[in-house]
Amino acid sequence: MATYEGLFDGMGLRAWCDDGAKDGPMTMSELLAKAKGGELDTAWYDVPFPSLDNLHAACKAVPRTRDMTSGVEQAFLDVKAALQFVLDPLTQPLSWLLDGSLFLFGAIPWWVLLPLILVAVFAVSRSLGVTLFVAVSFLFLSFIDHYSYSVQTLSIIFVCTVLSVLFGVPIGIAMSKSDGLQRGMIPILDMLQTLPSFVYLIPLIFLFSITESKLYGIAIILYAIVPVIRLTDLGIRLVDRDVIEAADAFGMNARQKLFGVEIPLALPNIMAGVNQTIMMALAMVVIASLVSAPGLGVLVLRGIRNLELGVGLVSGVCIVLLAVILDRVSKASLSRINASQKS
Amino acid sequence: MSDKPKVRIRNLYKIFGTDPASVLDQAKAGLGKTEMLERHGHVLGLKDISIDIGDGEITVIMGLSGSGKSTLIRHLNRLIEPTEGEILVDGIDVTSYGEEELRQLRQMQMSMVFQKFALLPHRTVLENAGMALRVRGESAAAADAAATTWLDRVGLTGFEGHYPHQLSGGMQQRVGIARALTSNAPIMLMDEAFSALDPLIRTDMQGLLLELQQDLHKTIVFITHDLDEALKLADHLVILKDGYVVQQSEPQHILLNPADPYIEDFVSDINRARVLRVRSVMTPLDGRVPADAAGEVGYDDTLESVIAISGGDTAHAYAVLRDGTPVGMLDMKDLVRALVPRAASNGGMLSRAV
Ligand SMILES: Nc1ncnc2c1ncn2[C@@H]1O[C@H](COP(=O)(O)OP(=O)(O)OP(=O)(O)O)[C@@H](O)[C@H]1O
Ligand SMILES: [Mg+2]
Repeated sequence: MATYEGLFDGMGLRAWCDDGAKDGPMTMSELLAKAKGGELDTAWYDVPFPSLDNLHAACKAVPRTRDMTSGVEQAFLDVKAALQFVLDPLTQPLSWLLDGSLFLFGAIPWWVLLPLILVAVFAVSRSLGVTLFVAVSFLFLSFIDHYSYSVQTLSIIFVCTVLSVLFGVPIGIAMSKSDGLQRGMIPILDMLQTLPSFVYLIPLIFLFSITESKLYGIAIILYAIVPVIRLTDLGIRLVDRDVIEAADAFGMNARQKLFGVEIPLALPNIMAGVNQTIMMALAMVVIASLVSAPGLGVLVLRGIRNLELGVGLVSGVCIVLLAVILDRVSKASLSRINASQKS
Repeated sequence: MSDKPKVRIRNLYKIFGTDPASVLDQAKAGLGKTEMLERHGHVLGLKDISIDIGDGEITVIMGLSGSGKSTLIRHLNRLIEPTEGEILVDGIDVTSYGEEELRQLRQMQMSMVFQKFALLPHRTVLENAGMALRVRGESAAAADAAATTWLDRVGLTGFEGHYPHQLSGGMQQRVGIARALTSNAPIMLMDEAFSALDPLIRTDMQGLLLELQQDLHKTIVFITHDLDEALKLADHLVILKDGYVVQQSEPQHILLNPADPYIEDFVSDINRARVLRVRSVMTPLDGRVPADAAGEVGYDDTLESVIAISGGDTAHAYAVLRDGTPVGMLDMKDLVRALVPRAASNGGMLSRAV
């Protein structure tokens, strides 16, 4: 029958194989093979890889790959209740924050919000050029009726970036102080950064209801927090040894050193991390529209789903515009910091 | 030299490596730096260092690169922990200090000036200079007032609002010195403080330091690898090599009586006429009355100035006056002989005078 039957027979495991036989529903490939009818002898060069499915064909006691995936699913479902019990209340404030900020940004009339944004942009960048660019971009976005979508996207990015910095900077500082923690954290950060963004969504969908904002909030934060952690750690480790030594020699305690020397000197790196965090939050917020995140991503999704080419393309351009705005503004404030402390 | 040293270093050992204690005995038995590295994989940083650092004096520690100068000076404020030995500041062993006492020591007793300045780049000159007082928790106003005074003193009036990167190296080091002085600590540690500066600025800074020292009488530990600088500044000169003290004494004495070939090499290139002083080569009077002197020279004059007075004539002898009273005779022949570097072997006594 199957290629590997001889193997199990040879090892005298036939009894065990048949004993464990519990025929589940057939897999698609089994069905197909059956439909073809022929139990042709496989030529030697056609020997299939001894995968779970192929072994199963020879010996029913071996589980199939499908049994394994459903096992994983079952395991996940089994811990789901416990996880939910812990995580749900912990993450609830995230939903409130996201919903609150979406509501707030939506409720402020455009003729108040736009000037406010421009004032904020000027405050952090101190650059007339950048401010002008942002003004023109927003007028354009509003003119083509993408104002409310853009503001929703911005509001999500705003909340997620603030939270990423709030958690990321202390984690980065802790990592810079402890080599052990750094060794432990780096694989996690690598994983968070290399996991395709869709994969994040899968366990989250199981854990939380898809209608809750924290679902996409968590996905965005997990994805976007990595650079700010990494660069905070790097920045503090790169602080000039001589200056640290001077701080020690004058008797600074750990707190004075951290806030008076290390963080200020690491600030350019930390801000570079924040810049990247913002950009990654933007990338993720678009994908998160798959799990009901509002904003420009919804339009992109509509473009794909309904083949509305124009809608998809225009919203794509708007996202690019937002990206450029966010990048310019954060880079401008970064260079302002750099200028004030070259050594 | 005053009779009571401010800081005493007693039998200090420092070994870098994974398990210093395991090789300490070998170091004590006299294993050298290279053997230690080859056989045990440990770096012998300092070996049996004993130095008395006089109150109100400038003690210069000199040695080639890698001889352990920075390691030694960092033991005084315990930026580096000793493997064994005592460091007594005003008679109290600071190696036993806990964290809080150590911070007190660094805040109140010792200040430090660094080779690479090590100013806070994001703080103004004024804030940098007042750093020590801010660290102690004094008010910004008090810190700024003290800082302004000392910035004036080092010649930086008007630069208070600048940032360090806007200043030249020499000016940055003036800020570094002002920062150390503002802390008002009696002990000042200077690790190659002038090595990063160009020769002219360097001479300026040496002048500034000596001028300040005349009024302040700080206990200064100064590190350099430049013999000219060492001779100019030192009241007490310590020469380090591979982590141990080769010779230490008053600088003139080392110049005239180098203890070993290493030091002979060191001192052979120096302009001896400019460095040696009459007091080091004269013959004391011992109550006798000076006979047939061709003229009078000062006790602390350099030999160079005596040569100028004599017009190059080596036949004469001069009476040496100290505060107006004759204390010795200077034979020009002795003077000329002193100008030729002498081999250590016939130099006689090796002094480890402290
Ligand atoms: N943390 C350390 N670990 C291992 N070895 C060290 C360490 N610090 C210093 N050393 C070694 O101790 C020796 C003395 O170093 P130190 O920095 O004190 O020399 P130095 O006299 O100040 O030289 P330089 O003039 O170049 O500043 C060197 O051989 C160096 O390799
Ligand atoms: Mg050094």
